[in-house]
Amino acid sequence: MDILISHGSTLVMIAAVVGFFMAWGIGANDVANAMGTSVGSKALTIKQAIIIAMVFEFAGAYLAGGEVTSTIRKGIIDPSYFADIPHLLVFGMISALLAAATWLLVASYLGWPVSTTHSIVGAIIGFAAIGVSVDTVEWGKVLGIVGSWVVTPLISGIIAFVIFNSAQKLIFDTENPLRQAKRWVPFYMFLAGFVLSLVTIKKGLKHIGLDIGTTEGFVYAIIVALIVAFIGSIFIARLKFNEKADKRHHYKNVEKVFAVLMVVTACCMAFAHGSNDVANAIGPLAAVVSIVGNEGEIVKKSALAWWILPLGGLGIVAGLALFGHKVIATIGKGITHLTPSRGFAAELAAACTVVIASGTGLPISTTQTLVGAVLGVGMARGIAAINMGVVRNIVVSWVITLPVGAGLSIIFFWILSSSMS
Amino acid sequence: MSNNSILGVFAKSPIKPLEKHIRMVTKCCGQLPAFFAACAENDWDKAAVLRKEISDLEKEADSLKRQLRLELPGGLFMPVDRADLLELLTQQDRIANKAKDIAGRVFGRQLQIPESLQEDFNQYLARCIDAAEKAADAINELDDLLETGFRGREVNLVAKMIHQLDQIEDDTDSMQITMRANLMAMEATLNPVDVMFLYQIIEWVGDLADLSERVGARLEILLARK
Repeated sequence: MDILISHGSTLVMIAAVVGFFMAWGIGANDVANAMGTSVGSKALTIKQAIIIAMVFEFAGAYLAGGEVTSTIRKGIIDPSYFADIPHLLVFGMISALLAAATWLLVASYLGWPVSTTHSIVGAIIGFAAIGVSVDTVEWGKVLGIVGSWVVTPLISGIIAFVIFNSAQKLIFDTENPLRQAKRWVPFYMFLAGFVLSLVTIKKGLKHIGLDIGTTEGFVYAIIVALIVAFIGSIFIARLKFNEKADKRHHYKNVEKVFAVLMVVTACCMAFAHGSNDVANAIGPLAAVVSIVGNEGEIVKKSALAWWILPLGGLGIVAGLALFGHKVIATIGKGITHLTPSRGFAAELAAACTVVIASGTGLPISTTQTLVGAVLGVGMARGIAAINMGVVRNIVVSWVITLPVGAGLSIIFFWILSSSMS
Repeated sequence: MSNNSILGVFAKSPIKPLEKHIRMVTKCCGQLPAFFAACAENDWDKAAVLRKEISDLEKEADSLKRQLRLELPGGLFMPVDRADLLELLTQQDRIANKAKDIAGRVFGRQLQIPESLQEDFNQYLARCIDAAEKAADAINELDDLLETGFRGREVNLVAKMIHQLDQIEDDTDSMQITMRANLMAMEATLNPVDVMFLYQIIEWVGDLADLSERVGARLEILLARK
C-alpha cells in the first residue's frame, strides 16, 4: 500500500517507459501486416506506406483507441479482488507489459509472426491467475475475448468474400470492366470512409471530450465518406490509361483504378490497426496510472489520463519510423502475385471488422482478421494460391503466444513483487 | 522480421509458369516445319542443328514442368483443383515430347517425305501446329480467368477457343486420312521399312493436334469444376 504512495511516480514512470516500448514494438512488428498488402500489390511505395501508416496509425490510436483500452485495463481481471492489494495489480500490469514487449521483440527477431493482442492478453491472465489467484481473472470475459479471436476472422472472411464477389459481378465480369471500375470504385471508397468515420465518431471521440448524437454521427460519417469518395474520384479521373482496346490492357487499366482504392483501404487498415492495437500497449499503463493517481483505490470509472493515448500513438509511430522501413522492404522483395483488385477486398474487410470489433471494446487480433479476410478472398476464387502451410504456422504462433506471454509475465511479476516489498 | 507478415500467405501463382510452359512447348513445335524443310533439301547438317534446338526446347519445357510441380505443394489453396492443374501441365508437356520424338525419329532414319506428298504434308504439319498454338492461346487466357474468378464472359471466350481447337483437330483428322490414302497408293514404289516409318510419322504429327485438343479438354475440366 505504502509502496504506491512512496514510489507512485516511479512506478508510473516505469509503466510509461515499458508501455512506450511495447507500443514501439507493435509499430515495428505489425506494420507489415497493416501495410504489407498495399506495398505487395505495388499500390504504394515503401515511403508512401510509411507516411500513411504514421499519420493514420496515430489518428486511429488517438481518435478511436479508447474503447479497447478500457477492456484491457479492467475487462480481463476482476478489479474488486485487488481492492486490498492494489500494488500487486500495478506490479502485475507492469510485468504484463514487460513480458509482452519482450516476447514481441524475441519473436520479431526470430522472424515469427506473433499477435500483439494475444501476447498482452496472455500476459495479463498469466500474472493474475498464477501470480495472484485464479479467481482474479474474469474467465467469462476472457472466454469472450478468445471467442472473438475465432469469430472475427470468420466475419472478416465473409465480408471479404462478399466484397470480392460484388467487385467481380459489378466490374470484372462485364462488357467494359474499365468503365465499370471508374463507376463503382468510388462507391467502395465511400463504404470504407463511412464505416471508419462512423465508428470513430460513435466510439472514439468520447475519449477526447466530444460527444455526438446518433443521427448527427450518421450525418457526419456520410459527409466524411462522400468527401473520401469525391477525392478518390478526382484521382481516378486523373489516371492515364493505356487506351489500347485489347483486353489485356483492359485489366491493367482496371488495376490502376483499384490501386487508387488500395491507397484508401491502406489508410483504413492503418487507422484500424492503430485504434485496436494501441490498447495492447497502453491498457495496462492506463490501469497503473489510474491506481497510482487514486492512491491505491481501484475505481470503477475513471477517465483515461490525457497523455496516455498520444503516448501510445507516438510509440507506434516511432516503431514504424525506425523499423517499419526494414520490415516493409523485406515484403517488397518477397512478393507476390497480389494485385490491387484482389488485395483491396481483403484489406477493406479486415479494416471494417477491426474497427467494428474495436467499437465493441473487444481486443481482437488485427493479423487474424487479415488472415481471415485473405482466406475469404481465396474462397471467392480471387487469389491464385494461398500457402496453407504459412497460415498454419501463423495460427500455431498465436496459440503458442498465449502461454509464453503468461509464463514471462509470471516471472517478471515474481521478480518485481519480491524486489519491491 | 520477414516472416512476420501476412504476405507469406500468398504463394506464387501457378498460372504464370503454366503459360510460360505452353509458350515453350509451342516454340518447340514451331521448329518442326524448318526441320522438315531441311530434311527435304537433304541438308542433314542443318537438320541436326534444328533437331538439337527442338530437343533443347523440350528439355527447357521439362525443367519448367518440374519446377512448377515443386512449386505446387499439397498445402496450397487455389481457385482451381491442384490435380487438374498438374494434369493440364502433363498434357502440355506431352506435346513437346511428341515434337522431339518426331524430329528424333526422322533424323535418326534420315527419312524423307516423298516428293509428291510434300505439299500435303507441310499443310498437314502446319495445321497440327495451329492446334498447339490455339491451345496456347486458351491457356494464356487463364490470367484473365483468374481475374474474373472463373465465370461469366471470360469463360465463354475460352469455351469458344476450345471449340475452335476441336475444329482444327477435326481438320487434321481428315487431312491425315487423305495423307494415308496417298501414301498407300504409292507404297509399292518405296522402301517398305521407310513406308512403315512414314505411317508412323504421319500418325505422330497428327498426335500433336490430338494432344493439343486434350490440353483444351483438361482446361475445360479445370473450368467446369466450380
